[in-house]
Amino acid sequence: MTTNRRDFLTAAVTAVGAAVTPDLSHAHEHDHEHQAVPSDPTLRVKALESLLVEKGLVDRSAVDTLIDAYEHKIGPRNGARVVARAWVDPAYKQRLLTNSDAAMAELGYGGLQGEHMVVIENMPKVHHLVVCTLCSCYPWPVLGLPPVWYKSAPYRSRAVIDPRGVLREFGLELAADVEVRVWDSTAEVRYLVLPERPPGTEALNEEALAALVTRDAMIGVAKVMPPQEGGRK
Amino acid sequence: MNGIHDMGGMQDMGPIENEKNEPVFHARWEGQVYAMYILSGAWRKWNIDRARYERELIPPAEYLRMSYYEKWLTGFVELLVGRGLITRTEAESGVPSADSHKATPPVSADMVLPMLAKGRPAMRNVAVAPSFHVGQRVRARNMNPITHTRLPRYARGRTGTIERDHGVFVFPDTNAVFQGEKPQHVFSVLFTARELWGEQAAPQDSVYIDMWDDYLEPA
Repeated sequence: MTTNRRDFLTAAVTAVGAAVTPDLSHAHEHDHEHQAVPSDPTLRVKALESLLVEKGLVDRSAVDTLIDAYEHKIGPRNGARVVARAWVDPAYKQRLLTNSDAAMAELGYGGLQGEHMVVIENMPKVHHLVVCTLCSCYPWPVLGLPPVWYKSAPYRSRAVIDPRGVLREFGLELAADVEVRVWDSTAEVRYLVLPERPPGTEALNEEALAALVTRDAMIGVAKVMPPQEGGRK
Repeated sequence: MNGIHDMGGMQDMGPIENEKNEPVFHARWEGQVYAMYILSGAWRKWNIDRARYERELIPPAEYLRMSYYEKWLTGFVELLVGRGLITRTEAESGVPSADSHKATPPVSADMVLPMLAKGRPAMRNVAVAPSFHVGQRVRARNMNPITHTRLPRYARGRTGTIERDHGVFVFPDTNAVFQGEKPQHVFSVLFTARELWGEQAAPQDSVYIDMWDDYLEPA
């Protein structure tokens, strides 16, 4: 078994060859289908999909539906709506902090990789940061699938030992008297940061507030910024 | 397993690359790998702990070199072959073997969104007494299993405080090797940054780690 496994992996690795990590600085400047991404994983996955479809193990249209769901329906805009609601409705915020699953369900959010969610509140002197040092655990129903950096070795390794340095890399310098709490998602509980409502937003309605909330702020590597003069940047 | 995946506390892994306007999938094949893995889970031939374990078994140098979805692809093929949904020959050829009979996919397109909404809860509604209570001082056990565990190395032997009882969950260490769910309490345990990292850490900082009952002992 071990020999087979290693042999197979070696073959697989040889096959994916130059695939490695796409060059992120360029990957997005091109149409990925014919640029930047090496053809081999494309062909290999196409062959695997054909096999699974032919064997009746997977439905091809279900594959397309699932991809579409995470590309267009399930993403950080969901979490932003939760945050905005909490900002404008103190009773909702209380429910969100005490029974996060039920409060998320009120807005229609829950399910896969968010079956058990906990919301943690940032305050002037307390800053929360979420990581998964062991893999890539992340609250899918409200943030979608995690960005590459969240799943990468640099973030996973350093978030727990040097959170202030990590935040600095994201452009967030915390005062020395702020308490940093890092949440390592080692179990099946998924964490969402409730960021502080920025100043100067008293006149904004819930929808306008939601538009200010970023994915990074809900992971805890950024703060929500006030609306830019003359519109959002 | 003391594998490369257990990265908490390692240093010099390089800068964090925050890609602007990052797409959900960088190529079609990434989405296909993701979707096929999720959909195949409906055959119930494995569980999420086994799936994580398969990715942890990727040799360390390859683990670091591969992109995220390459790791998923490798782990997924191992699950399919290891649990008998496809053969190694089929995986390599991409063609069903002659004696392969055609199954009916358990998830059709119209079932996808309901499946996502339902999720796959790891919480179990069974009466299991917790060994610890909120506010109690505990120590993470010094244990080094050669198979799957969710007790990170950086916490082993360290002392913390139970902050919250999350309820009863499937235990990954046994579930990953198909030796039962062994449901037990999961706690959020607070470790001060200085307990974990010494004097270089800020005195008021802390790390909260979710830990199963079996990972802990009274301090």
